[in-house]
Amino acid sequence: MTCTEFLELLDDLIDDTVSAPIRSEIEQHMRKCGHCEVVFNTTRKTIEIYRSHEIFDLPPDLRERLHSAIMARCKRGC
Amino acid sequence: MSTIQSIAGQNEQHPDLALVDKVRAGDVSAYDELVRKYERQIFRIAQHITQNREDAEDVMQDAFLKAYEKLDQFQGNAKFYTWLVRIAVNESLMRLRKRRTGKMVSIDEDLKTEEGSVPRDFADWAPNPEQNYNQSELAEILRKTIQGLPQGFRVVFALRDVEGLSTEETAETLGLSVPAVKSRLLRARLQLRERLSRYFKRKSAPAAPSGTDGALAPNKG
Repeated sequence: MTCTEFLELLDDLIDDTVSAPIRSEIEQHMRKCGHCEVVFNTTRKTIEIYRSHEIFDLPPDLRERLHSAIMARCKRGC
Repeated sequence: MSTIQSIAGQNEQHPDLALVDKVRAGDVSAYDELVRKYERQIFRIAQHITQNREDAEDVMQDAFLKAYEKLDQFQGNAKFYTWLVRIAVNESLMRLRKRRTGKMVSIDEDLKTEEGSVPRDFADWAPNPEQNYNQSELAEILRKTIQGLPQGFRVVFALRDVEGLSTEETAETLGLSVPAVKSRLLRARLQLRERLSRYFKRKSAPAAPSGTDGALAPNKG
């Protein structure tokens, strides 16, 4: 497997949608290619960090205000 | 050859559909429940697209109101959430268009760049690198980094990886083909990784720090 082929499979690997034989080929490639191993680990970490940290928080008071405004208008028939 | 049925194909009724039915029958409190359930996600998506807090507030309200008004048009074979996200994406794009005084805005904008399609930074990251920053520093880094992506990549990443929509749902929501979503997702992920690397990479041994513990660093002459 080349690095380009690895890159083409990266998303499937991260999303865990590769078949077992392909996975083992990829793992074999990563054992030999430190760069691809880093790309895999750090891309997976990138997603994990974005998924687990709220970057656009909705403070409770603002949330309540917006919620009330929406519901008030729905009750009036918008 | 037997095909593997994807989980997307299952037919069991989503709990949202029961709430939608109640709303259609005139029970507004059921809509209250749906709004509460999804308001944070819709606000986040609107922020990702408009990159502006006031716009996101307006979009969130408009999206829920529009969904309420159009509930009759909602087809029960789709997920309510995906349908709602599509409304929020359209409202967000409309809001951007207004801000840019009528200029057409689409999710295909700014996609000509090849930047970041091929990884260049191969430095390994520190273990749990996010822990080297406090919450607000980290949020700022993540915001700044994702806001630097072309819009068409940013939205795909936000829906697929942050909000957890499937590739097919992301494609349907944005009116894109599945291959287009896949290609954008890979490039978004790689570009974010590349940009975050400058904050998260393992620091090489500090160059002669002053004032650190001197027990093992006595080479001063």
